[in-house]
Amino acid sequence: MSEAPYALQEHFRDLEQQKDAATLGMWIFLVTEVMFFGGVMLSYSTARYLHPAAFAAASHYSDPLIGAINTAVLICSSLTMALAVHASQLGERKPLVGYLAATIVLGCVFLAVKAYEWSHKFHEHVVPGYDFSFPGPEARSAALYFTHYFAMTGLHALHMVIGVAVLGVLLVRAWKGRYTPAYHTPVELSGLYWHFVDIVWIFLYPLLYLIDIHR
Amino acid sequence: MSAVPPVEVEHHENYLNTSYGVWSWLLTTDHKRIGLLYLVSVTFFFFVGGFFATLIRLHLMTPQGTLVDAATYNKMFTMHGVVMVFFFLIPAIPTVLGNFLVPLMIGAKDLAFPRLNLASWYIFNAGGLLMIYSVMRGGLDTGWTFYPPYSSLYSNTHVVSAVLGIFIAGFSSILTGLNFLVTVHTMRAPGMTWGRLPLFVWSHYATSIIFVLGTPVIAITLALVGIERIFHLGIFDPSLGGDPVLFQHLFWFYSHPAVYIMVLPGMAVTTELITTFSRKRLFGYGFVAAASIAIAVIGFFVWGHHMFVAGQSFYASMVFSILSYLVAIPSAIKVFNWTATLYKGSISWATPMLYGLGFIGLFVMGGMTGLFLSALGVDVHVHDTYFVVAHFHYIMVGGTVMAYLGGLHYWWPKMSGRMYPEGLAKFAAVVLFIGFNLTFFPQFVLGYLGMPRRYHSYSPEFQVLNVMSTAGASILAVGYLLPMAYFIWSMRYGPIAGPNPWPGTGLEWLTASPPPEKNFEVTPVVTWDAYDFPNRHDLKYPAPTPGFTPAQTWPPE
Amino acid sequence: MIADVPLFPESASHLSEQTDNLFWFLFGVSAFISVLIFLLIAVFAIKYHRRAPNEIGAPISGSLKLEIAWTVIPFVIAMIMFAWGARLFFNMAHPPPQAMQIFVVAKQWMWKAQHPEGRIEINELHVPVNRDVMLTMTSQDVIHDLFIPAFRIKADVLPNRYTSMWFRASKPGRYHLFCAEYCGTNHALMGGWVTVMEPADFEDWLSRGERGRSMVESGAVLFQNYKCANCHVEDGSGHAPSLMGVYGAPVRLTTGQTITADDAYLRESILNPRAKIVAGYRPEMPSFQRILNEEQVLQLIAYIKTMSAGKPLQTTGSELSNPAR
Repeated sequence: MSEAPYALQEHFRDLEQQKDAATLGMWIFLVTEVMFFGGVMLSYSTARYLHPAAFAAASHYSDPLIGAINTAVLICSSLTMALAVHASQLGERKPLVGYLAATIVLGCVFLAVKAYEWSHKFHEHVVPGYDFSFPGPEARSAALYFTHYFAMTGLHALHMVIGVAVLGVLLVRAWKGRYTPAYHTPVELSGLYWHFVDIVWIFLYPLLYLIDIHR
Repeated sequence: MSAVPPVEVEHHENYLNTSYGVWSWLLTTDHKRIGLLYLVSVTFFFFVGGFFATLIRLHLMTPQGTLVDAATYNKMFTMHGVVMVFFFLIPAIPTVLGNFLVPLMIGAKDLAFPRLNLASWYIFNAGGLLMIYSVMRGGLDTGWTFYPPYSSLYSNTHVVSAVLGIFIAGFSSILTGLNFLVTVHTMRAPGMTWGRLPLFVWSHYATSIIFVLGTPVIAITLALVGIERIFHLGIFDPSLGGDPVLFQHLFWFYSHPAVYIMVLPGMAVTTELITTFSRKRLFGYGFVAAASIAIAVIGFFVWGHHMFVAGQSFYASMVFSILSYLVAIPSAIKVFNWTATLYKGSISWATPMLYGLGFIGLFVMGGMTGLFLSALGVDVHVHDTYFVVAHFHYIMVGGTVMAYLGGLHYWWPKMSGRMYPEGLAKFAAVVLFIGFNLTFFPQFVLGYLGMPRRYHSYSPEFQVLNVMSTAGASILAVGYLLPMAYFIWSMRYGPIAGPNPWPGTGLEWLTASPPPEKNFEVTPVVTWDAYDFPNRHDLKYPAPTPGFTPAQTWPPE
Repeated sequence: MIADVPLFPESASHLSEQTDNLFWFLFGVSAFISVLIFLLIAVFAIKYHRRAPNEIGAPISGSLKLEIAWTVIPFVIAMIMFAWGARLFFNMAHPPPQAMQIFVVAKQWMWKAQHPEGRIEINELHVPVNRDVMLTMTSQDVIHDLFIPAFRIKADVLPNRYTSMWFRASKPGRYHLFCAEYCGTNHALMGGWVTVMEPADFEDWLSRGERGRSMVESGAVLFQNYKCANCHVEDGSGHAPSLMGVYGAPVRLTTGQTITADDAYLRESILNPRAKIVAGYRPEMPSFQRILNEEQVLQLIAYIKTMSAGKPLQTTGSELSNPAR
């Protein structure tokens, strides 16, 4: 936030009020994010309802094992994030830096795996609107699966990229010792955001990889 | 806002003269200055939208259309709708009056996130510029509703840049709503309990709930339309397996609550006007506050009444119809409470009050015709006709725009430190009221007769009513230009207002006009209820006429 | 000139009068409440007009009784409006089973109506008076909406889907037909006339003009040309299920669901055959998406409807009475 160690902005009465405002602001922001993702998920559900067979066939292009690995990576990153928040509350600078760095690394691993999956889809010519061919008569409907696959994972990955960037800023500031037990709101709120992005993935993984695994 | 102040200006330091220069405005984080920045932006968009409205009405003077060809006409009504809805009606009251007044009314120094507030203004203008870019490139012709597959596949106009513009501007709404919610929750002055908040703040709170919950949905929906159009995907395209009705559900899930985004702040302003100019406590404070929240909540569950004839299931239509009737109840409660507030008041006929009373009248007509549209059997006939056009213009122009103008007059002394010319302002208000009714009342008749909306040419028997409407529109146009002119005039030549010219009871009237940069010299401590005229010993009224004993006065004789 | 200006639409169907009755009820209630509010505002504004600059209003802050009254009374009125509107809508949404069928295909920017007997008209719709008529509609491109103000009905016409509406015209004459859902450049020109005729005139009209085959006959020709019977063998021994008596009958799918074979199902099974597979069969029918247009699909469905076990090809009465060509 600000450069001063006790970064109280002048329109707030005290740090407590400032923290209340920031925290409530982040929660409300997350609510808007829920509505945002909700729109795509509703679209996905409708398309799947209309074309169940095609969605089943198309979902087999996504490897549940890779998805599971990525899920594990993200859950671990949530753990390191939670530990980072804990460290910031105690004012332990080195652990804070370490956990933030670990979270960033795990986030990058997730994105790398995602990039691998995407490039695989490009090689398999299942990118609607760019290069799409799907065997069998369901191509048209399968394209809808891949449209939603790219829309949902793309939107999620964009949030991951933003999250990693934010954590990068936190890392630099934590290194400089900006966060103290009295003032660590940015770490806490970034943690909230990071957990939220994880939870979105917890919904995307079954919807895109698992739901039709036995069909 | 000139650098050379006229001589008679009060020389106190205020938010207008604390610093000068372009950057002191463009980089300001002061909610009051940002409110004025928004005032400039939305006024610009109002006149862009109004320009298209004028062309539409001129075109419809004759059955075959006087002015332009079909394709151009379709672009005109689309751009009128898009600009007015997304760039004027939705932002107007919250971002101008709300921004300026919410912190003042709750006794805060600023909104909780001043930099986000400034960012939202830039985001809004970025979206608006993209919209203007689409207009300049030749416009778009999908209607403001963007129904696919027409918008995603068949239209060959500039849809992508327009939906991107709305998408971007949406984030400005989200940030504004978030800022208001947090500010009202965490920044209230000591003693300013929820039960003492002015109704203006309650209504903006309700509006913000809709901003925050609804706007992300329209953003993602229009984004999907955009990518569908760019990449020829099939999310909403039936020929590729998609579902065009899904779009309508998602679109109206936002766009119906958006109607309440437009009218709740109008109600907010009206409540302030009615109480101040009757010098009376609001009748049924708790009910009016609860009604605001009820409208925001129930408003999220009525979107399907835009789709009674769109092929949705019969039972879905039943549910949406009954919920639409339910959402009408809190609106009715508000109207009754406003009317009851007038009873035994001390009613002034100052210009803001004329707008306030005009709002109630026009809102009643708009609301009552809404009951026609909620009635399933009648909606089948009047859906997508001029009846609907008339109905929502009564709510949005008769309601929102009237309230916006009323609010501008009421708080103009606070914003500028100067009064507008009262006589001219009264005249303009009456002109607007007459022009408005002449423009839109004939459209109810046209609609029940069966004239569909969005027609560039029409059957000859509809001509007389259309000419009446056009005549009204030209009166209305004059009515809108007048305040524009005298507000600008009054910034330099208007009489000095003083801190509380009416007097009003809100905290905004406790500070100087214009307010100092940090709003209050000392943070106020609130010990009174909203609109508590009888117990507000600090209010200063003009001296009574000699030899006349009024029914009630303060201090009591 | 003013005297010629219509202020209320013509009423020409069994529904229009019912709709108008509800309209006048709504109008009465609204006018009453609006005028009441206007009067109260005017009276208060004048009677309590401020007489001295330092006068304030009476210290009144509310009344629970009044609040309850003006919550409950509007609620009751609103529920009456709802119930009345819903009942009317129920009638509109449920066509009588014996209604005469007409098929409508919309495209930018024209209406094409197809009578079962084969007569096709564009931007015109001829119907007999006092007879239930049901329109089954679909669009070839964007969303349209068929609107007949004199009948007080409209319904969206969607691509890839059938919607329907019905009416019983009550008065011979010519009435406007509009497109009420914005559909592109010439939306305003996508209209025409509905002509309501005496039954005898209608029969006469049907038999005149350039008449092709009836819809069922056209469907039979399509059925033959595309060799549908090679797989859809009558006794069910083919690669595909028999279509005898399939219309309106329950169909069991591979997913375990049972659905009713209605127009929408038949249409989907022709255009997108693998969406729903009948239990016991394999998904091997090709799609006719790019081969048949909407009118031909309607003809095929009309033919399939006539196929029922034990009966040869059936045609409707009016067709038999009208010599082909």
